[in-house]
Amino acid sequence: MKGSGDVVAGTTTAEAPLPTQLDWKFSQVFGERTAGEEVQEVDIISAIEFDKSGDHLATGDRGGRVVLFERTDVRNHASRKDLEMDGDPISRHPEFHYKTEFQSHEPEFDYLKSLEIEEKINKIKWCQTTNNSLFLLSTNDKTIKCWKVQEKKVKKIAEMNIHASENGSIASSSTTTSTSYLPNGACAVIPHNHLSTDLSYPSGCSASLRLPVVVTSQDTCLIARCRRIYAHAHDYHINSISNNSDGETFISADDLRINLWNLEISSQSFNIVDVKPANMEDLTEVITSAEFHPTHCNMLAYSSSKGSIRLIDLRQSALCDNHSKILDEREAPGSRSFFTEIITSISDIKFAKDGRYLLSRDYMTLKLWDINMESSPVSTFQVHEYLRPKLCDLYENDSIFDKFDCCLSGDGLRVATGSYSNLFRVFGCVPGSDEATTLEASKNPMRLQVQALPKPARSLGNLTRVVRRGSESPSDVNGNSCDFTSKLLHLAWHPTENSIACAAMNSLYMYYA
Amino acid sequence: MRTLALRGSKRRGPPGLEEAELRGFGEDYRRAQDATKTSPRSITTAVAASSSYRSHLQWLAPPATVTFRGHHLQQMLPPPPSAGTAIGRRRRARLCLLALSSALQPPVEKKEQSGPLLSLPVRHGFVVALAFLFVLPPPIFLSSSPLPLAACDAGPLRQRQDLDQGWSHMAANDEPLYPIAILIDELKNEDIQLRLNSIRRLSIIARALGEERTRKELIPFLSENNDDDDEVLLAMAEELGVFIPYVGGVEHAHVLLPPLETLCTVEETCVREKAVESLCRIGAQMKESDLAEWFIPLAKRLAAGEWFTARVSSCGLFHVVYPSATDPLKAELRSIFAQLCQDDTPMVRRAAASNLGKFAATLEQSHLKSDIMSMFEDLTQDDQDSVRLLAVEGCAALGKLLESQDCIAHILPVIVNFSQDKSWRVRYMVANQLYELCEAVGPEATRADLVPAYVRLLRDNEAEVRIAAAGKVTKFCRILNPQLAIQHILPCVKELSTDSSQHVRAALASVIMGMAPTLGKDATIEQLLPIFLSLLKDEFPDVRLNIISKLDQVNQVIGIDLLSQSLLPAIVALAEDRHWRVRLAIIEYIPLLASQLGIRFFDDKLGALCMQWLEDKVFSIREAAANNLKRLAEEFGPEWAMQHIIPEVLEKINSPHYLYRMTILRAISLLAPVVGADITSEKLLPIVIASSKDRVPNIKFNVAKVLHNLVSILDQSLVDKTIRPCLVELTEDPDVDVRYFANQALEACDQVMMSS
Repeated sequence: MKGSGDVVAGTTTAEAPLPTQLDWKFSQVFGERTAGEEVQEVDIISAIEFDKSGDHLATGDRGGRVVLFERTDVRNHASRKDLEMDGDPISRHPEFHYKTEFQSHEPEFDYLKSLEIEEKINKIKWCQTTNNSLFLLSTNDKTIKCWKVQEKKVKKIAEMNIHASENGSIASSSTTTSTSYLPNGACAVIPHNHLSTDLSYPSGCSASLRLPVVVTSQDTCLIARCRRIYAHAHDYHINSISNNSDGETFISADDLRINLWNLEISSQSFNIVDVKPANMEDLTEVITSAEFHPTHCNMLAYSSSKGSIRLIDLRQSALCDNHSKILDEREAPGSRSFFTEIITSISDIKFAKDGRYLLSRDYMTLKLWDINMESSPVSTFQVHEYLRPKLCDLYENDSIFDKFDCCLSGDGLRVATGSYSNLFRVFGCVPGSDEATTLEASKNPMRLQVQALPKPARSLGNLTRVVRRGSESPSDVNGNSCDFTSKLLHLAWHPTENSIACAAMNSLYMYYA
Repeated sequence: MRTLALRGSKRRGPPGLEEAELRGFGEDYRRAQDATKTSPRSITTAVAASSSYRSHLQWLAPPATVTFRGHHLQQMLPPPPSAGTAIGRRRRARLCLLALSSALQPPVEKKEQSGPLLSLPVRHGFVVALAFLFVLPPPIFLSSSPLPLAACDAGPLRQRQDLDQGWSHMAANDEPLYPIAILIDELKNEDIQLRLNSIRRLSIIARALGEERTRKELIPFLSENNDDDDEVLLAMAEELGVFIPYVGGVEHAHVLLPPLETLCTVEETCVREKAVESLCRIGAQMKESDLAEWFIPLAKRLAAGEWFTARVSSCGLFHVVYPSATDPLKAELRSIFAQLCQDDTPMVRRAAASNLGKFAATLEQSHLKSDIMSMFEDLTQDDQDSVRLLAVEGCAALGKLLESQDCIAHILPVIVNFSQDKSWRVRYMVANQLYELCEAVGPEATRADLVPAYVRLLRDNEAEVRIAAAGKVTKFCRILNPQLAIQHILPCVKELSTDSSQHVRAALASVIMGMAPTLGKDATIEQLLPIFLSLLKDEFPDVRLNIISKLDQVNQVIGIDLLSQSLLPAIVALAEDRHWRVRLAIIEYIPLLASQLGIRFFDDKLGALCMQWLEDKVFSIREAAANNLKRLAEEFGPEWAMQHIIPEVLEKINSPHYLYRMTILRAISLLAPVVGADITSEKLLPIVIASSKDRVPNIKFNVAKVLHNLVSILDQSLVDKTIRPCLVELTEDPDVDVRYFANQALEACDQVMMSS
C-alpha cells in the first residue's frame, strides 16, 4: 500500500490518520479468455478461498474441480534476502502459481428423490495444516468432503522375494549381495546386506527371505486424497460451511438448517438450528449464509433472506433456534416495493479478523455491522445503486437473484464485493474514509477510475456515467449499458496483504496494492 | 436425508437388521420373478407394489448419516416412511433390478460362486446389496474408515497361482518359508487388504526372520514405510505394541520406538492414539535406564514437534517417563507439560487436559499442589469450551489424589463453578460426573455444596443437562441418606416426570425404579408410585418402554398388582404403535411380562396380541413374533402351547399372502423343538407336508428347510414314512433353489440314519 498515495489524492482532511486510497495494480491472471472464446459452463469458478496464512489459494468450479495455487514470491524473496531488505514493491506483492487440481465432486443422482445433484463446488474452507499436508473442506449442494493434499516422494518397489515375471531374479540361497539381482537395472543401493546376516544368523533357511526394497526417487508428486465424506445430512442445498476455532468442529448450513459436525466423525452430525416451520406454507425466511466467529468457539452468525443476521451462542442451548442477538436494520417506512424483499436478502456474511465487525452483502449494498450494535449497521456502502431503476429488468432475467460474495481485508480497513460487467468495488470502512474504487477484472483494472471524479462513490450520477463509459469499450459486444452476464460473484481478500483474487467467469484475476 | 425430518431422533436398527431386511427383499424379488417369469420390467412394478418392500427400503437407503437434533444422546425411534418418494423408490428399484437381472440368472452359476455358505435368500439379499453399492453413491464405503477391516485370509491364495512359477526356483528346503515370503512381499502389495493382512501377521514374519534381522531390517523397514493408508498404520501401531518378544526381549525394546514415534505424528487420530497406547505399553516394560536413554528424549522431541499432532501425542507419554526421570529432568518434564497446557492449538490443550489426571498420579505430593494445580486452574479457565469440559473429567481424577481438605479447598469451588458454567456442554459433563466427584470430596461437602449443585442441574434450562442429571438420579441418591433424598431430590424428580422434553422423561423412566430401595417402601408407594404411573401413561413410547423394561424391579418393590390396571393399556398401545421399532421393543419384553404377570392374566389380555404380530407388515416384527411364541412356549410349557398357541398359528397357514405363510413355517420350526416330538408329529408335521404343494417356490424351499430341522426331533420311522417322500418329491421341483434345499435336507436324513 505504500507509494500509492500520490496517484489519487485523498479528499480527506489532513489530521485524520486515514489510510491512503489504494492504487490497485494487476498482478496475475489464470485461465484468461481469449477474444471470442466460448466459456465452458463447467469451467466457471464458483468458490475462492485463501488459507489462513495466505500462502495458498483454492478455487472451486462448476465442474466439481478444486484448483490449488501456491504463493511463490515468499520463497523467492527469502532466497534473495541479502539483495533487498526493503523497497522494490513490485517483487513484494503476492504471486501465485498453479499447484495442483483434483476432482472433488462428481455429478450424482439421488434415486430416492429423483434429483440430480450438481457437482458444482459451493464453498471451500481451509482446515489447519498438519504434517506438511494441506487440508480443505469442499462442498456441493449436498455433500461435504474433506481433502488432504500432500506432496509425496515417488516410491517404487525394486525387489521382492518372488517375481512372477522374472524367474531369474530370485535370490536362490543367495550368498552374494543382492545388488546384482536387481531387475531392470534399477540404480538403487540395497540398504541391507544378506551376507552379514547370513553369517550371524544361525538358521540359514530364513536367509533367503528378504524384505521388499523400496526405492525413493527424487521426484515428488502431489496427491489429493479424500479423507472423509460428510453426506446425507442436508435436505436442502448447502450454502455455506465454516470451521470452528476449536479445530475440531465445523458447521454446514442449508436453506433451513445448520448442522454441526466433528471433523473426524462423518457418520453423525448435530442439528443446531432449524427454521423449518411445521407447515412449509408458513415459510417466510431461509438461511442464506452462516459463519463461525473467528475466535469465540461458541458464537456463530447466520444471515437470512429477510436481511437480518442472527448471532447464536452455542453455550446457551443444544438447540439454538432462538438467537441471542439479531442484527437487523429497520427499513425506512414507505420505501417498500415489490422488490424490497428480494433485494434485502443477504447473500454472504463475513466476520472481520478481530471478530467484532461483520460484513454482509445484499443485492444493492454492502453493510458493515458492529456485533455490539444491533439496530443498524456501522456503515452502508452502495454497490450498484444505479441499477435501482432497472430492478424490473433484473427481475425478468433473474439477475436479481444473483448471490454476490463479500470480503474484508486482513487489517479490517477495507471491504470489497463484486458487481456486474466484471466490476468489483473496494470501499474504505474506517470512519471518515470515503475511499471507493471501482475496478474491472481485466488486465487494466483502473481504467474506469481514470475518468472518475475525486468523489466517485456515493453519487449515483457519476457512477452510471463511469459505467457507461466503461461499457462503451469494444470488449462489450452487446452494447448494453450493463452486462448482466459477466457478473463477478466471487472474490477473496488475502488475509495479510492488500491483494484480491476475483473470479470473472472462468478466469481468476489477482490484483495488489 | 430423511433423518433430518424428525427432530431429536437418532436412527438405529437392531443388530443384524439390515441382513434381515435384505433377506426380505430377496424374497420379494423371488416372488416377483415367480409371478412374472421372465420380463424384468414387470418385475419392477410387482416389487414396488409389494407393501413390505417399502419398509425394507428404509434400510436399503444410502447409508444414513445419523443426524441428531440437538445433542440428544437417547436412542430414538425411526421416522415414519414418508409417502412422497414412492416414484423415486420405484425408479431406484428399477435400476437395481436391471443391474441384478443378469447377475441373478441363471441362479446355478451364482451358487457356484458363493458356495453353500450362504443360504439362498441371503445370497439374493447379498447380491442386492452389492448392486446397491454400485448403483448408489456409497459414501460410507469410500470414506477412509478408521475401523480396521477384518483380516483377509483369502488374500494370499489369490496370488499363489501366479507366483508358483517364480518360487519354484528357490531351494527345496525353503519350501516352508514360501507362505512367509508371500506375506513379506505383500507388505508392499498394491491391494490394501493384502497389506493389512501382512501387517496383522507381522509376528509371523518376525519369527521367520529371527530376532536380529527383525531389529536390523524389519523394524527399519517399517519406519521407512509409514506413508500407508490409515488402516494399515493403525494395524501397525497395534502390532508394534506387543512386539517386544520378537525383537529379542526388553533390552532391545527401544528399537520399536522410532516407528511408533513417526506413527505418533500422523494426522489420523485413532492411529496416533493407538501408537501412544503401544508406546505406553512398551514403556511400562522397559528398564529404567533404557527409558531415560530412549524414551524421555522421544517424549521431549514429540512435545517440541512442529505440528500439533506430535504435541498431542506427547501429552499421553509423560506419565510413563516421569517416574524414571532424574530430578532435574523431572522439573523439565513438568515445565514442558505446563507449556503444553498453554499451547496455541486447542487440540494440544485438550490432550493435556485429558491426560492431566494420569500425569498427576505419577507426581510427588509437593509438586501436585504447586505445579499441577496451577495447570489445572489454567485449563478450567480456558476460552474453549471443549478444553474446559475435559478439565471437568480431571476434577474427579485429581480429587482422588489430593487429601480431603485440599480437595475441598481447590477442587470443590471449581466443580461448583463448572456446574454454573455458561456452556451447557460443561454443565452436561458435570451432571455426568458429579457422582464421582461426590466420592472425591466426601459426604460433608456433598451435603453442603454438591446437593444444591445437583438440584440446580436437575432444573437446568437446557434439556440435555437435565437428561444427564436425570440419568444419574439413582446413583446420586444412593450416596445420600434417604432423608436428604426425599427432601431435595424427590421434588425435582416429580418435576422431571412432567418435563417438557420427552428425552428427559425417558432418561428418568429408565432409572427411577432404582430409587425405590433407597427411599424405602413407604416413601416409594407414597411418592414414587404416582410418578411411575404417570410415566407409564406418557405419550412418548420410549418413556413407557423404559418403564416396562424395568418391570421386574417394580415387582420386587411394590408388587405388580398395584400396576396391572395401568399396565395393560400401556402395553396394548405400544403393541399397536405405528413405529415398527416400538412394536419390536415391546415384543422383546413380552416373555418378561408374561413371567411377571402370570399365565392367567396373559391368556386374557395378551394372547391375541401375540397372534396379531404374526401378520405384521414388517418382516422384523413377524420374525420377532415367531421367536416370541417359542419363548412363551418355553415359559409356560408344551401343554399350554398346545392349547393356546398352536391351533391359532396353524390356522394362519391358509393366509393368501405367501410371506405370512412363510412366517408360520418359521414359527413351526421354532416351536417344534420346544413342544416335543408328539405334538410336532401330530399337529405340526401335516401342515408342513401340506405346504410342500404350495405354488410359491419360496414356501417350498422353506418347507425343505423346516423338514431339515424336524429330522433330528422326530422319530426315525416317521422320517422315512413322511418326510423323505415329501423331500424326494421336492428334489424334482422345477425351481433350482427348492431342489437345492431339498437335497440338503435329504442328506441330513441320511446322516441321521447313519448315526442311529
